[in-house]
Amino acid sequence: MYVRTGLWAAGLGLAVAIAAGSAGAQTPKRGGTLTYVIPADAPPSFDGHRETTYATVHAAAPYYSVLIRVPPDNPASTTEFVCDLCTEMPTPTDGGKTYTFKIREGVKFHDGSKLTAQDVATSWNYIVFPPKGVSSARVSYYEMVDKVEAPDDTTVVFHLKRATNAFLPALADPYTWIYKKEILEKDPHWFEKNIMGSGPFKFVSYEVGQSIKGVRNPDYYHKGQPYLDAIVGIFADKQSVRVDALRADRAAIEFRGLPPSARDQLVKEAGADIVVQDSDWNCGNILTPNHKKKPFDDVRVRRALALAIDQWKGAPALAKIANVRTVGGIVFPGSPLAATKEELQQMAGYWPDIEKSRAEARRLLKEAGVEGLKFELLNRNVDQPYKFVGTWAIGEWKKIGLNVEQKVVPTGPWFSNMRAGTFDVVLEANCASVVNPLLDTGKYLPAKVYPENYGQFDDDKSVELYEKMQTEIDPKKQRDDMRAFEKHTLDTMVHEIVLPYWYRIILERSYVKGWKISPSHYLNQDLANIWLDK
Amino acid sequence: MTVVAPNPAKVLSEETLVRERTPLHLALDFCRRKPLGTLGLVIVLVIMAAGICADWIAPFDPEENDFNAMMQAPSLVHLFGTDQFGRDIFSRLVFGARTAMLVGFGSAVGGGLIGLVLGVASAYFGGWFDLVFQRVLDVLMAFPLIILALAVVSVFGTGVFNVMIAITIPLIPRCGRVVRASALAVREVPYVDAARALGFGHARIILRHMVPNVVAPFLILLSAFVGQAILAEAGLSYLGLGVQEPVAAWGLMLQGSAEDYATTAPWIAIFPGLAIVFTVLGISLFGDALRDAIDPKLRDR
Amino acid sequence: MYRYIVKRLLLAVPTLVGAAALVFILMRLIPGDVCVIRMGAGGSHVDAAAVALCHQQLGLDNSLFVQFLDFLWSYVTFDFGNSMWSGNPVAQEIALRLPVSLEVAVLATVIAILIAIPLGTISALKENTWLDHVVRVAAIAGIATPSFWLGIMSLILVMNITAMASGKPWLPPIDFVPLWQDPIRNLSIVLLPAITVGYRYSAVTMRLTRSAMLEVLREDYIRTARAKGLLEQIIVNRHALKNALLPVVTLIGIEFAFLIGGLVITEQVFNLNGIGRLLVQAVQNQDNVLAQALVMLVVIIFVVTNLVIDVLYAWLDPRIRFS
Repeated sequence: MYVRTGLWAAGLGLAVAIAAGSAGAQTPKRGGTLTYVIPADAPPSFDGHRETTYATVHAAAPYYSVLIRVPPDNPASTTEFVCDLCTEMPTPTDGGKTYTFKIREGVKFHDGSKLTAQDVATSWNYIVFPPKGVSSARVSYYEMVDKVEAPDDTTVVFHLKRATNAFLPALADPYTWIYKKEILEKDPHWFEKNIMGSGPFKFVSYEVGQSIKGVRNPDYYHKGQPYLDAIVGIFADKQSVRVDALRADRAAIEFRGLPPSARDQLVKEAGADIVVQDSDWNCGNILTPNHKKKPFDDVRVRRALALAIDQWKGAPALAKIANVRTVGGIVFPGSPLAATKEELQQMAGYWPDIEKSRAEARRLLKEAGVEGLKFELLNRNVDQPYKFVGTWAIGEWKKIGLNVEQKVVPTGPWFSNMRAGTFDVVLEANCASVVNPLLDTGKYLPAKVYPENYGQFDDDKSVELYEKMQTEIDPKKQRDDMRAFEKHTLDTMVHEIVLPYWYRIILERSYVKGWKISPSHYLNQDLANIWLDK
Repeated sequence: MTVVAPNPAKVLSEETLVRERTPLHLALDFCRRKPLGTLGLVIVLVIMAAGICADWIAPFDPEENDFNAMMQAPSLVHLFGTDQFGRDIFSRLVFGARTAMLVGFGSAVGGGLIGLVLGVASAYFGGWFDLVFQRVLDVLMAFPLIILALAVVSVFGTGVFNVMIAITIPLIPRCGRVVRASALAVREVPYVDAARALGFGHARIILRHMVPNVVAPFLILLSAFVGQAILAEAGLSYLGLGVQEPVAAWGLMLQGSAEDYATTAPWIAIFPGLAIVFTVLGISLFGDALRDAIDPKLRDR
Repeated sequence: MYRYIVKRLLLAVPTLVGAAALVFILMRLIPGDVCVIRMGAGGSHVDAAAVALCHQQLGLDNSLFVQFLDFLWSYVTFDFGNSMWSGNPVAQEIALRLPVSLEVAVLATVIAILIAIPLGTISALKENTWLDHVVRVAAIAGIATPSFWLGIMSLILVMNITAMASGKPWLPPIDFVPLWQDPIRNLSIVLLPAITVGYRYSAVTMRLTRSAMLEVLREDYIRTARAKGLLEQIIVNRHALKNALLPVVTLIGIEFAFLIGGLVITEQVFNLNGIGRLLVQAVQNQDNVLAQALVMLVVIIFVVTNLVIDVLYAWLDPRIRFS
């Protein structure tokens, strides 16, 4: 039997993840080795500060601690953050500009040395203000941070330039591992090839591109954890390998997410031996028209592209074959700042009446003089969900007489074409770890403000609306500002077309207990609360 | 690498033999003596017919998504069932035959012809041209297809034509090498010398005198190439570098579905696989018979 | 003969430089680079400063000409550089994976020989009988099946059969163990891929064995032997097979050289951490240094194998003279 844990509340497009089975009621058993598959090839390095791939997180997160994180027992929450190395979540002072964290005492690194606030502050300084020659992948998340300091061995203080709701979610980023100050200062590249942290597991060995192994850290500071004696992560890039491995119990779980076809297959073949957890995924599918390419400079054409796509009917159908499900706007569905279904339906591409919508699309194309337009959809050479969504969109466009060819290229050329603006329309994704709409929606700003927007447009009004929303502290007003920014981006100007959000489906052997799904494959990966019921 | 050259005298005598019989007689004789080859020919002809007449045969639009008919098992309406997007698999197979023929014959003929011209020229001119040409062939022979394919696809995209280019390039040296060896054997034959002495142009000598004599090994290679090209397209599809959705192509149909639907909706995975296997099987059987019929001494290489 | 070998080795130099130039150009024709992929492949934010730093550290700022000279020079000095993806020495990355690929390749070759030569011989002896037809169709089917499909289907088959037999599906382990550490586990991992590769390989070899045998059987000396009333068995074993094997050995050698580069798909399907999979990773990550090294390795194996075959061939067959 397969347990559906994602409830899809149609009215809100809200997915609530509930614990699988009755894991909460059982007492965890200790011992055993968890074998899991990492759906990637060898990560470039183990330095979380430097890398952005989940391969690094899935491989090395169990060996590290962080300052704060999403709650391991309720990682689906988009608003709640709890301490890992700190003792208590602080209340900001100085008008929301100063956060003072008390650091746990008695925490030990795996080499036996003591972890203090100095290690935490130094790690954070390397993340936020990387010294020359040191790479930090997420500097822009922390542009609000003015200073990080450790006045004594149990206190870390973050001084911000201004008060913002974006800070705490950014601080809970799962890559912000705490390194040992002494090593970091001696050789900032040491952590690229070595693993030494204070997490629930101690690193044992790494076979390049093959497997990574760890054992229980007996000195772990969260009492009773970890439950497992050992963990083994096996790198397996090909989906068929992972699905087969789950079926034959060569691996117990895969943490990124498998497509619905794999779920159906495993549930059919392995029945009660497989448990399913699913959730909306904090990755948006975005179609970006190139505003510098004719006729996409014409808002009527962009609007027609949006109006042609039947999201409400397409999403549930597509959910049967691809890792997508919930229709949403620019904010992760179900989170406080997200649009409701009624709000969405006011915008182009979300109209409830698809016939009316397509008629309007045809009218706009005719008005713009580009009926039967032929163009290329640039897409990434990744099956799920890119190629599925691309193929779907092309089918929808065909219904208003557009003739679209899918140009699928590997990741490198895909990026380079986007950055160079050599495409007509591109399908891209906006994937983030912690749900942090204030940062995540930066993606929809013109490139002069946010360089990773590839739409090639300039729009001061858009920047103005975003700034207003960004600096607002009151949640209700902020929500209204977000609506205005969203309406401007998706409906008035149609700078981007947001397609249904990704959907994360995790398959695990039924004896795996304690792990709970979150909206991101980057989150909740230290494996401390997993136990085996066998 | 050493390739055993055909005996020119033998090739000639076969040619004379061939000219004395009528085509119909020949064909009947071929069918009687080569039952497997005939079977292969029939398969190839059926697939070709399907590809050419796809517009009339296919009951549905092969690229039209229908979310009301996703993953339906084979029925009277959908003979081979429908795929993940609700598209009729039979229609996609029929249109896929067109793609397969285009890629298969296009690449084979393209690679074969370029290899033929270069191989013959290399044998004819000899000297530096030959030496350089040989080195180029060595490089191309040993070069992994995936890098070539990735470069072509990354620069030009994954259209059918670009995929054909990626598949064609590695075929050139394989043909060039065999043709060169065969052509070397006829270079010293008196009538070529005579033609040269008479002051005929290079092009004329090559085309009139050398090319006809390497036709036999060339045709055999060509038949092998068609199958290889179809398989290469499937292999590239597996790596995501082949023809792309929504175009109907067998390798593409097999790529995702073989992994995803082998047990839950097996018809999605099985029919495209069978189409590839049968077609390549047919071509190979026919090619083998052709080889035996033209010259039993030639090796499949 | 030594002069021949030296000459051949010298002729290999332009081939190697040509291959170097080709892979160098092709890798740089692909838009994008390793830094952008590393920083952006997760689909999240790409930090421009991090990418710029990465470019600088990897020497991607240098002109193409300088990069190419660096590349050639590194091969003259036998220091093949570091992978742009992992930062590890290329030699180390390859040394980790080469044994896996070699093991599969050798095993596949053994399987191919064991199947191909007896069947090819029988098929030739029984030409145009039903046995011949069955063997040939089976062989051609091996060539006609896409290798990834064969691999995926064979895994599913193994699981279904074991599930039926014992109630629990069984799959070979997916993490590799070297032969000397645990031979049984190792063999259970490499056997299936070796069979999958070996089947195709044996099909090619079988067809050649058959045609070579057919040809030899028509030779005058076989007819003479038959006329003399020699036992068919002796004719086949002593006279025919020995001579027919010459081209077969050549083909086996050439196919082996191709195999090393041709394991790309099989290694993916069976999650083998070999050089074929490494090549795909290197190319996809646009790890130019590693991709170049792997291509050079494949080309060198190819050139050397060909040389060895030609020398052996000439040595075995007195009709061929070194020239």
